[in-house]
Amino acid sequence: MSVRGVCYRAEDRLILSDITFDVYRGEVLSLMGMSGSGKTTLLKCLGGLVRPTSGAILVGGEDIVRLPESELDRIRLRFGFVFQYAALFDSMTVFENVAFGVQHHRRIPMAELRQVVARRLEDVNLAGTEELYPSELSGGMQKRVGLARALAMEPSVLLYDEPTSGLDPVIGRAIDDLIVRTRDTYGVTSVVVSHDIETIFRISDRIAMLDVGVLLTIGTPEEVRNSDLPKVREFIYGDNGYDNLNRPPLTTMENAL
Amino acid sequence: MTPPRRLSIIPVMTARAWHTQQRRLGHGAAISTLLFVGDTWRLVFQSAGFIARGKVSLAETVRHMAQLGVDSLPITIATAASTGAVLAFYTAGVFVRFGATVFVGGTLALSFLLELGPVLAGVMVAARGGAAIAAEIGTMVVTEQVDALRSLAVSPVRYLVAPRLLACVLMLPVCGLVADFAGIGGSIIMSATSGVPVSSFFESVRSMATETDLIKGLVKTLWFGLTIAAVACRQGLRTERGAAGVGRATTSSVVLCVVLIFISDFFLAQILMGASVAAK
Repeated sequence: MSVRGVCYRAEDRLILSDITFDVYRGEVLSLMGMSGSGKTTLLKCLGGLVRPTSGAILVGGEDIVRLPESELDRIRLRFGFVFQYAALFDSMTVFENVAFGVQHHRRIPMAELRQVVARRLEDVNLAGTEELYPSELSGGMQKRVGLARALAMEPSVLLYDEPTSGLDPVIGRAIDDLIVRTRDTYGVTSVVVSHDIETIFRISDRIAMLDVGVLLTIGTPEEVRNSDLPKVREFIYGDNGYDNLNRPPLTTMENAL
Repeated sequence: MTPPRRLSIIPVMTARAWHTQQRRLGHGAAISTLLFVGDTWRLVFQSAGFIARGKVSLAETVRHMAQLGVDSLPITIATAASTGAVLAFYTAGVFVRFGATVFVGGTLALSFLLELGPVLAGVMVAARGGAAIAAEIGTMVVTEQVDALRSLAVSPVRYLVAPRLLACVLMLPVCGLVADFAGIGGSIIMSATSGVPVSSFFESVRSMATETDLIKGLVKTLWFGLTIAAVACRQGLRTERGAAGVGRATTSSVVLCVVLIFISDFFLAQILMGASVAAK
């Protein structure tokens, strides 16, 4: 996937400004930045949920920015989107949520559908929750159901929007592991939006940083860690030079895992 | 002492702000009206496309028919029956005084078949069902459930709008018919207590009202159903900014639906009357 000169303007504000980068097959690329830096908008542009004002997003050689809505659905089937607040259909059970996309696009017998859903729920360690409603699940469980719903469509690219925000560190780490495990098991390309630098440096093959809609840097975790850019250093190490990445380990968290 | 300069520029600033605001308001109102009309018709045409191609879930449509139509029947019956009774109370009183008892039944029946039945049914469904549609879809928008649908390559128009549109168009005539009967029922009871015999009431209805009047009223309800579903879905899909946005979408949906029902009722009455005159 290639992003070329993407700009997005909403009313009078420029949300994304001339963003250019590539996403390589099978990698975990994290987009980090402060709140309001345009990370989620960029992620939604990649998933075909927001149409950029200008620029191109090439997926398998096709520019999805110029595709009509009906054609875009064909591309969306190759993407799985895990939303910040899970965005589960609240009037449906976990089973219906996970089965939703499959039911709409593949006519498969109910027995087979049950197997697909059970397998996806096992992948996210939520076997046996089929009959529960989203309101009966914790935030972490909801996010995992959201991942199971995306995985059920067998996507080649997974887009995660703030997968660990609002979760306690133990569950957050479990979600991190799940992202890496999903990549390793299914070979999917993953793009993760986060401002949690522990998560980012733990799971990423490459990291990009956005600041007020501008791509500041992109590179391996090591390259980003050693960046000389003041805003990157400030984001990673904090104002007072405190290294957020090399904090002493939280024993309780480690023990819990 | 020199008067403070600030005071002297206040009128200028106020006038400039007022002018800018007026210009913006006029400009914004025109554009938002065009956007509203364009959006709403686009939803109608897209939904019609899905319905024509049979790509609408039957189960969803039936569920919405129950929610929008059947569940609205009790309030439709209550309002139509009481409106019929009040109307009969005034009408029968005056007609009996002037010795025009034979016109009471026909007048009240025509009022309901042509006007009150369809409009009352439309207003009740708009208030109950339209509000529910806008609130439900609006909540789905702000909780990203609509984006989740799109991410699963499921068209929100196909899944959310088309079944509601079909259900509303199919159920409004049923609600209109029930409102007609409830209104006329209420009229019969009240007329009887005001000195109009039931047999005279029915005789009057038979001599003044025809099946065509019933059909004209039901044609109106088809349009009202389309208006309610399309406007409520459009307002829901355009929801912005959290819970307050859902509240705004719901309120604007009900207000727009009710206003459009009354305005379109006027034009439909002219068109249907013109059509019947031309047919004669």
